[in-house]
Amino acid sequence: MRVLVTGLGTFWGSRLAQELEARRDVEVVVGVDASEPVLPLERTEFVRTDSSHSILQRIVEATQVDTILHTHLVVDSTQLTGRAMHEINVIGTLNLLAAAGAADSPVRKVVVKSSTLVYGSNYADPYFFREETPRTRGPQTSIERTLLEAESFVRDFAEDNPHVLVTVLRFSNVLGDHMATPFANALRMRMAPELLGFDPRLQFTHEEDVVNALMYSTTHDVPGIYNVAGDGMVTWSEVCRIAGRMRVPLPPVLAGLAVEPLRAMRLIDMPPEMLSLLRYGRGVDNSRFKRTGFRYKYTTAGAVDAFARSLRLERAVGSSEPEYTYERDVETFFRHSPAVVRDRG
Amino acid sequence: MSDQWDQQAPTVNLREPDDLDVEAPAQSTDLVPVPQPEPDDAELRRGDVDAWGRSERMRDVARTVYDPLYTHWFRVEWEGLEHIPRDGGALIVANHAAAIPSDAPVIMHGIEKELHRPVYGLAENLLRAIPMLGTLWSRFGGVPAHPDNAYRLLHDDQQLVLVFPEGTKGTGKLYRDRYKLNRFGRGGFVEIAMRAGVPVVPIAVVGAEESMPIVWKSPRLARMLNVPYFPVTPQMLMFGPLGLLAYFPAKFKLRVLPPAHFDVAPGQERYSRSRVMDESDQIRDRIQRALYDMLRSRRSVWTG
Repeated sequence: MRVLVTGLGTFWGSRLAQELEARRDVEVVVGVDASEPVLPLERTEFVRTDSSHSILQRIVEATQVDTILHTHLVVDSTQLTGRAMHEINVIGTLNLLAAAGAADSPVRKVVVKSSTLVYGSNYADPYFFREETPRTRGPQTSIERTLLEAESFVRDFAEDNPHVLVTVLRFSNVLGDHMATPFANALRMRMAPELLGFDPRLQFTHEEDVVNALMYSTTHDVPGIYNVAGDGMVTWSEVCRIAGRMRVPLPPVLAGLAVEPLRAMRLIDMPPEMLSLLRYGRGVDNSRFKRTGFRYKYTTAGAVDAFARSLRLERAVGSSEPEYTYERDVETFFRHSPAVVRDRG
Repeated sequence: MSDQWDQQAPTVNLREPDDLDVEAPAQSTDLVPVPQPEPDDAELRRGDVDAWGRSERMRDVARTVYDPLYTHWFRVEWEGLEHIPRDGGALIVANHAAAIPSDAPVIMHGIEKELHRPVYGLAENLLRAIPMLGTLWSRFGGVPAHPDNAYRLLHDDQQLVLVFPEGTKGTGKLYRDRYKLNRFGRGGFVEIAMRAGVPVVPIAVVGAEESMPIVWKSPRLARMLNVPYFPVTPQMLMFGPLGLLAYFPAKFKLRVLPPAHFDVAPGQERYSRSRVMDESDQIRDRIQRALYDMLRSRRSVWTG
């Protein structure tokens, strides 16, 4: 298997590259991103590039990758401006799929990491979205719009390239030791926001299950769209209780305005799409992916417990892991210099 | 705008393997799943709130507070309770009445008290948008009336689900139209029961109509407030808006009718429209006839 990983400059890209490196049946791992890897990698070839079509196509052709792991869909709008998000999610996906769908393309499998944000969050929603349940209301935030557009490109690609296995995994909110997701950030602050009079049902996926699910789709043939979320549901008040966080009630009307001063005072932190989640929550039916044989390590409640444990450690000792800085010359030396002895039995 | 997006995005259908129930062919060895038991309740939740938002503790509070009203104010009497299944899913349908419906809590409380089985009540999903009330309603066992929710509760969870097919047309009718059943929607409730493979249990309720009758409605105020109807009840004529908090002590009598079983294969995408409408009409007629029968033998609104 020869794999191209996008988003090497994000936690997910680097983390997946690590997993792929550890597998003997993966001959080549190529990673692309505009920024450097954030985790140490052994044999992944990193190409620093923006997601322009011509370069991606040259890379695909030159490396003859048969599998593309597209982890680079931004799902947290606090990280980037709307413009940059559009470039990455929409234009990046467009170019990548165009490169993968070129004539004589060696690509036979595409795995895309998407988000349950594509379902939105609205009062008229069902309690458990199935993969084919339509939204009950148009997209409210730019991140939802870009993700919907990216997924529509993936759908077109799958239709135009019936010989390619296309898997789309829609992940619920993620919690884990390393991830800075909106909910994780909200729970890292002194006080967690809530909307007065609302206590929504939420689902979480543990970081490890995200990695396992993406690896499972890469190493197994499971074409289609799948929801990925830990079993069960928890309410936001239970999450805050487990994490030991006090809740700051925000007024249910004009909540967006109330958030601003609190965010400026650095008492709370949250992106706009979290507001509607704090009102109505969201649930998805995760049974289709389980029917393919995938098993979760964490339930929703288990993921919250695990996150609360790492939060307590963080509070006691600060961030427990050393920061990794990518140094191009050093990495190139170890990978390519004739002086390095590679096959030591 | 929303139509355009409804067609796009989440409805995308990539090619699925036809039968996902078979284990996917494993190409590699180290990620092959070991069979694991389904996680039990202790792993799935951390409080007493279940996946539907229902809280047994809150139900307990509600039962304690509500029981005097149930026993002494409405003096509820049941017949035919044996028709409600002791286990397995069933869709309970009933006639709907009163400006602020008094029948839903009576049915839910009564079945929980007599059968010790939870009942999930489907209701207008706009309730969910109201702060406090929406959350409370959900903790008490209310669920937004979405076909997916009903199917999952009935089929996957094998629960009792209560629905009023008349919807707000039933509660919003004037006093002079009392006990005349409205259209039973488009028969969607029958289709869901067929798909879930569960029976429909009809209940005829006498008493709710007189507990908070509507003497006059203001369509203009309803439009302004964006509510299905704006009622004026005798209580409101006496106490103003506070009248919406008080029921008259009408005597409640409920008759559970023999369940309707459908002789069709469950799990289908579609069912014959004519069959669905036939069954829906039959159930409606049975409730209507039971109501007339019960009213014939009722001597007084207050003492039954």
